[in-house]
Amino acid sequence: MIGRKMIAGKVGRAGASTRVERRDFLKFSIAASGGLLIGFRFPGISTLASAQQASVDVFMPNAFVRIGTDERVTVIVNHSEMGQGVYTSLPMLLAEELDADWTKVGFEPAPVDPKYNHPAFGMQMTGGSSSVWSGLEQFRQAGAAARAMLIAAAAQQWNVDATTCRTDSGAVFHGSNDKLTYGQLVSAAAKLTPPAHVQLKDPKTFKLIGKPIKRLDTPEKLNGKAVFGIDVQLPGMLTAVIARPPIFGAKLKSFDDSRARSMPGVRKVVEVPAGVAVIADSFWQAKTARDALRVNWDEGSMASFSTGPMMQDFRERAKSPGKSVRKDGDAAGALASAAKKIEAVYEVPYLSHLMMEPLNCVVDLRADSCEVWTGSQFQTVDRANAAKVAGLPNEKVQLHTTFLGGGFGRRANPQSDFVVEAVHVAKAAGAPVKVIWTREDDMAGGWYRPAFLHAIEGGVDAGGNAVSWRSRLVGQSIMAGTPFAAMMMKGKEYDPASVEGVDDLPYAIPNVTVESHQAEVNVPVQWLRSVGHSHTAFAVECFVDELAGLAQKDPYQFRRQLLLKQPRHLGVLDLAAQKAGWGKPLPKGMGRGIAVHFAFESYSAHVAEVSVTEGKIRVHRMVCAIDCGQYVNPGIIAAQTEGGAIFGASAALFQELTFESGRLQQTNFHTFPVMRMNECPEIETYIVENNEKSGGIGEPGVPCAAPAIANAVFAATGKRIRRLPIRMTEAV
Amino acid sequence: MLGFSVNGKRVEVDVDPSTPLLWVIREQLGLTGTKYGCGMSQCGACTVHINGEAVRSCVAPVSRAAGKSVTTIEGLSPDLSNPLQRAWLEEDVPQCGYCQSGQLMSAAVLLRDKPSPTDEDIDEAMTGNICRCGTYPRIRRAIHRAAEMVAKGGAR
Repeated sequence: MIGRKMIAGKVGRAGASTRVERRDFLKFSIAASGGLLIGFRFPGISTLASAQQASVDVFMPNAFVRIGTDERVTVIVNHSEMGQGVYTSLPMLLAEELDADWTKVGFEPAPVDPKYNHPAFGMQMTGGSSSVWSGLEQFRQAGAAARAMLIAAAAQQWNVDATTCRTDSGAVFHGSNDKLTYGQLVSAAAKLTPPAHVQLKDPKTFKLIGKPIKRLDTPEKLNGKAVFGIDVQLPGMLTAVIARPPIFGAKLKSFDDSRARSMPGVRKVVEVPAGVAVIADSFWQAKTARDALRVNWDEGSMASFSTGPMMQDFRERAKSPGKSVRKDGDAAGALASAAKKIEAVYEVPYLSHLMMEPLNCVVDLRADSCEVWTGSQFQTVDRANAAKVAGLPNEKVQLHTTFLGGGFGRRANPQSDFVVEAVHVAKAAGAPVKVIWTREDDMAGGWYRPAFLHAIEGGVDAGGNAVSWRSRLVGQSIMAGTPFAAMMMKGKEYDPASVEGVDDLPYAIPNVTVESHQAEVNVPVQWLRSVGHSHTAFAVECFVDELAGLAQKDPYQFRRQLLLKQPRHLGVLDLAAQKAGWGKPLPKGMGRGIAVHFAFESYSAHVAEVSVTEGKIRVHRMVCAIDCGQYVNPGIIAAQTEGGAIFGASAALFQELTFESGRLQQTNFHTFPVMRMNECPEIETYIVENNEKSGGIGEPGVPCAAPAIANAVFAATGKRIRRLPIRMTEAV
Repeated sequence: MLGFSVNGKRVEVDVDPSTPLLWVIREQLGLTGTKYGCGMSQCGACTVHINGEAVRSCVAPVSRAAGKSVTTIEGLSPDLSNPLQRAWLEEDVPQCGYCQSGQLMSAAVLLRDKPSPTDEDIDEAMTGNICRCGTYPRIRRAIHRAAEMVAKGGAR
C-alpha cells in the first residue's frame, strides 16, 4: 500500500491548502468595511484582523493571490484546466501586474465560492472560450492591488514616498541600494488596507503578457504526478461501476446479482437512479461483477429509435418554413429571379466529446459534510446538485476541482449527471467511493453534440454576384429543458446555440433568410467544443464554395468580394490564403480548400490541402489564421488552434454516432475514431496582431476545419461533400 | 502472491492474475501516472514497459509481468532529466496531459530502438497513442528534438 499512502498524501495537501485559504477568507471577512475593487469585493482589514495577522506568514490581499515568506506566489484560478492553458494564462495576467518573479509563480484550483464566479456568467464555470477575456481585468486588478500593498509596506519600512519605489521580479526597490523581496514584505503588507483604485500597466511595458511563456502545468504532466479526477485515492475508498440503461429512458425492471455478489472484492450491489451500482474494493472487481449482472430493463419508447429515420424526418421538416431567425430583404423573391441557383442539404451526426479521461467522480459523504473530487467545468451547479442529493446545505459540500483529462463541454452538465450519481452511490457505499465510467459507459452516456440538418438555397445574378441565401436548420436544442433555457433563449422561439454562426452570416448578400426547426428527440444533447459553430461553419462555408462554383469564381476571391466590409474576417482570410500559397499549383490529385468563420469573439480561417486516393482522404497540411484580438500567450493560442483543427478534422473525417433500435452502435475508439499521429497533417498557425478586444481561443480553431477539408476534397475531385463524416461514396 | 519489479523496486501483489496490469499499477501500487482510456488497447494511454517493451497495460494480465521488470512513467526519470521529458518541456507539448504518460512511454521505446527516427518511424511507433487535444505536431517535434539531444550527448 505504499502508493495509496502517497496518493492520499497528495489529496491531503490539496485539502489542507484549501483550508488555509478558507481561514484567510474568514479572517478577512471579520472586517466590516468592504472596499470594492473593480469587479470583485474584498473586505478591508480591521485592527482586530491586523492584530490576528501579526504572525501570519501568508499575504493574501484578495481571493486570487497568496504570497508566502518563501517567495512563492500562488495564483488561485477560478477556471478549470482541461488543456486550454488557463493555469498558465490567468497566472500570467496576475503576475504581470504584480511584477512577480515568474519562476516563483504557481497555481491552485479555486474552491467553490461566489468570489470565484465567472464575471460574465454569474456562476463558477469554464466554457464558452471565455476564461481569458473574462479574467483579464479580474486577474490584472488582483495583481496590481497586491503590488501596491507590497510597495506601500516597503515604503513604510524605508520611510520613503511609495511613488519613489519600483518593482521588478518579486521585489520592491528604492534608490540604488534598497531592496525588499515580496517574501520579506508578507507580514507588513498583510496589515495594510487594499487600495481602492490601482493603476494598471501600460501594455507597452508588459514582460509576460503577449509572450509565449511555457505552461506551468507541464512538468507534472510528464512524470505522472498530475492528479486527474480518476487518480484521486482516499483511505478506505471503494470503487463503483454502474450497469446503465442500454437505451435512453429505459427503466430498471429487475436484476439478478447472485453471481456478481459472490465475486471477489464485491461489497455491495445497489439500485441507484442511474442504474445498478456494483461497489467493490477495486475497479476491475467492480467492472467484472457489473458485467456479470443480469439486468432487465423496461426499454421504453426509445427502443424503436434509429438515426436513419430521424434524419429522414429532418429532411421532411426542412421542406416547410421554420421559426424565423433572420430575414434581410426577400430571399425567396431574389432566388426566383436569380440567374443561377443551387440548393444543397448538409447533414452532421451526433458526436461524443470523447475526453481521454472517461467520466468519474470521487465522493466522501459523511453525516454532516460531503467532499467531492472531480474534473468539473461547472462547479456552482455541481456543488448545488451534489448538496441536494446529499441532503446538505451548499456550504457543507466541498468540491475539489482536479485536472480534467479533457472537457470539451461534457464536464459542464446541467444535471451534473456524473456527480449526482456518485453521491447516490456514496450514500449506499457507507465509505468514500469513486465511480468510474468505462469508455463504453462514457460513449453511451449521452449529452452529445446534436445531429443537424441544414437545407440551403442560394442564387447569383448574371454577373456572378450572390443575391439570395436561405438556410433552414433542423436539430435538437441543447438548451431546451435545462435550467438555462429561459436565460439563453431570452424569449426567442429558437435556440440561439442551434443557429450561431449562420444567424450572423457575414457575407454581403442582400437577401438572407434563416429559419430554425427545433427537433424533439429523447437523446440527451449538450454543448461540445465550438457548439453550434461545429455544424454551422461546415454548412455555411461549404455552401459559399458551391455559390462560388455557380458564379464560376475562385472560392477565396468570391469570399473576399463578399467580405469587403468585414475587415477582421478579411484579415484572417487573406492571411491564411497568403501563407498557404493560395493559387499556387499543387501536385495532381491534390486540392486546396478554404473557410472563414467568426465564433467566441474570435475570427478564424483555415486552408486545407488534401489528396484523395481510392476514396481515402489524406489531409496533408492545414494553415490556420486566428484573430483573437489582444492576446496573452501566443504559444497557447497556437496549441489551441492546432488542437482545434485536429478536433474538427477528426469529426470531419471519422466521427459519427448512430442508433439502431435505441442502441448506440459505437462503443470505443475503434468505432468512433480520433485522428492519429499518422493521419495528422502539418499545421501552421498565424496570429493576427491588433489591439482589438480579446476573444476566445479554446473553440474558434474547430469550426473551419471541416469545411476547409470538404472544400479541398472538391478541389481535388470535383465532388461536393454534404455530409459528415466525409465519405467519398456519398459525395455528389 | 505475484512478484515483479516496478521502476526498480520489487513488489508483490495479491490479486487475481487475470486482472489487467494497469489496475494493479494504479490501485494496488498507487502509481496513477499510467492512465485508463479505452480498456481495449485502442488509445495507448496505459502504455508501460515490460522488460523494455511497450505494452498496453489495460489488456495485459498482471500475470504477464510476473518475474519481469515493469517501468511506468514514474520510472522514466525521477527528475524530468530524460531527453524526452526535456524535449516535451521545450516544445510545451501537453494540453490536458492525460495521454502524455503513454505517449512518452511509447516514444521512449522508439528512441531506444531508433535513435534518429524518421517521420515514418514516428508514425509507426506513435499511431497507437491517441491524443484528443491534438498535440501530435508537438509530439513529433519533441521526438526529433530528443533524438538530437541524445545524438549530441547532452542529455543525461
